[in-house]
Amino acid sequence: MMIYLPIAEVSVNAFLLLGLGGLVGVLSGMFGVGGGFLMTPLLFFIGIPPAVAVATEANQIVASSFSGVLAHFRRKTVDLRMGLVLLVGGLIGAALGVWVFNILKAQGQVDLLVRLSYVVFLGVVGALMFVESLRAILKSRRPPVPGAAARRRQRGWIHALPFKMRFRTSGLYISVIPPLLVGVAVGVLAAIMGVGGGFIMVPAMIYLLGMPTKVVVGTSLFQIIFVTAFTTLLHATTNYTVDMILAVLLLIGGVVGAQLGAQLGTRLKAEQLRILLALMVLAVCGKLAADLLLQPAELYSVGEAGAH
Amino acid sequence: MLRLALLLLVALAAPLRAEEVVLGLSRDTVSITTNFEGSEILIFGAVKREGPIRTDPPLEVVITVAGPSAPVTVRRKERVAGIWVNTDAVEIDRAPSFYAVATSGPMEEVVRDTEDLRHKISIPRAIRSVGAPEEVQDAAAFTDALIRIRKREGRYALAEGAVDVTEQTLFSTAIDMPANLTEGDYATRIFLTRDGRVVADFESVIGVRKVGLERFLFTLSREQPLVYGLLSLTIAIAAGWAASAAFRMLRRG
Repeated sequence: MMIYLPIAEVSVNAFLLLGLGGLVGVLSGMFGVGGGFLMTPLLFFIGIPPAVAVATEANQIVASSFSGVLAHFRRKTVDLRMGLVLLVGGLIGAALGVWVFNILKAQGQVDLLVRLSYVVFLGVVGALMFVESLRAILKSRRPPVPGAAARRRQRGWIHALPFKMRFRTSGLYISVIPPLLVGVAVGVLAAIMGVGGGFIMVPAMIYLLGMPTKVVVGTSLFQIIFVTAFTTLLHATTNYTVDMILAVLLLIGGVVGAQLGAQLGTRLKAEQLRILLALMVLAVCGKLAADLLLQPAELYSVGEAGAH
Repeated sequence: MLRLALLLLVALAAPLRAEEVVLGLSRDTVSITTNFEGSEILIFGAVKREGPIRTDPPLEVVITVAGPSAPVTVRRKERVAGIWVNTDAVEIDRAPSFYAVATSGPMEEVVRDTEDLRHKISIPRAIRSVGAPEEVQDAAAFTDALIRIRKREGRYALAEGAVDVTEQTLFSTAIDMPANLTEGDYATRIFLTRDGRVVADFESVIGVRKVGLERFLFTLSREQPLVYGLLSLTIAIAAGWAASAAFRMLRRG
């Protein structure tokens, strides 16, 4: 069944969108990632204009993270104070990101920026995850080495910064500057790439801020809701690129998919899941990189005029 | 010599004007609904004339349908530092979002170049490109690219010989409109030509409109963007909450 999207002004197959939403939902349920970093390139592939894909995907992430954070609130694994600090940074970052996005859109380089960001981030995250999970699989086959596990808390430059604050839920007493910066970085990414930034924020919270893993996901989701909601509003009011019909179709698929994914996830081993995810991330990255590196069949592109 | 030719032309043109177009459209509005899959419009008509039918030169018919025009920017990719990047850009002042030409014979025989220039009938003429930036040497390549890309998308079409003319009086053709239509007024023009000269023309309008939900959402997003954004967020939050609630019910059940 073909559906005409009022904002994107293209006609797409509704079942394809439901399927895509479902597929990415399954993955996000299985792996605990937002899935935006996979969904947005997939939307490019099926012909949704990049600007619409990015803005609409932000809207969809609001739904999936809201659904996720409710569960974390029930388990009390959300550090509200840390979330708020990240949020302040995130809002600044999102405003900065939309501003950059609009400048680049006027210069016709927005596609390039979005694609380059994707290639870089998918490549880095995919490769790191692949290596890490491969190691985990190898390690699980070998007998455990006694005494190797104890990892020391890092006490570097991060702890020498001023404006210290106590984060009770995370059990941290650190400067607000690093979480603020992490927030800004994720906000910029969210606005430019149309992703929640979970796949960047989670490692940053664990490795840079030293937060306990069990509060990381909930806190990241809490922050992502507000940043992506803000991004959605900014895109809706400045670029008019949020397509509600597209968002709803993706949402329905995503919600159903996430349930299936969560059930599937319990049947596979964590390392196997991660290595599958890493391979898929690398595949998407490879496709996007090939588009940039190989000579395109059509060198010309048609865009809206104006803005400069 | 030139004056003589002009006089001859005027003398010839006067009786020719006696032919008029009477037009029919299978529909004069196209509604873009949620499940819009494109549309085919049947354009038919007759030639009304006072005197007897002139058979030589024969009557030819050209029909054009043009969507709303807007300036567009055509960009060209070039390899910079190993990756393909948009570099040169040419702004085209006016390009219709949709343009279909149907003729009763080969384009160059049906319409002369001078007439094409005056009435802007063929696809390249319907596009107006005034100035390219100085650093771009081959501005024509950009216009060609625009036509090529839009032809591939089904937005521009030239169908030579697609107009059926019966007894030099009745004519009909069908114009395919793709699913990816922009809304607006689609100007429909009919030209009657003899020996490549336009002897009569007629213009009508096909309105393409988003209707229902499409209309509502589009208008809301442009006129009340904040309300639209908040509505999108409300839907997202409600769906997220519903998913979480359904999850819990399934777990319990």
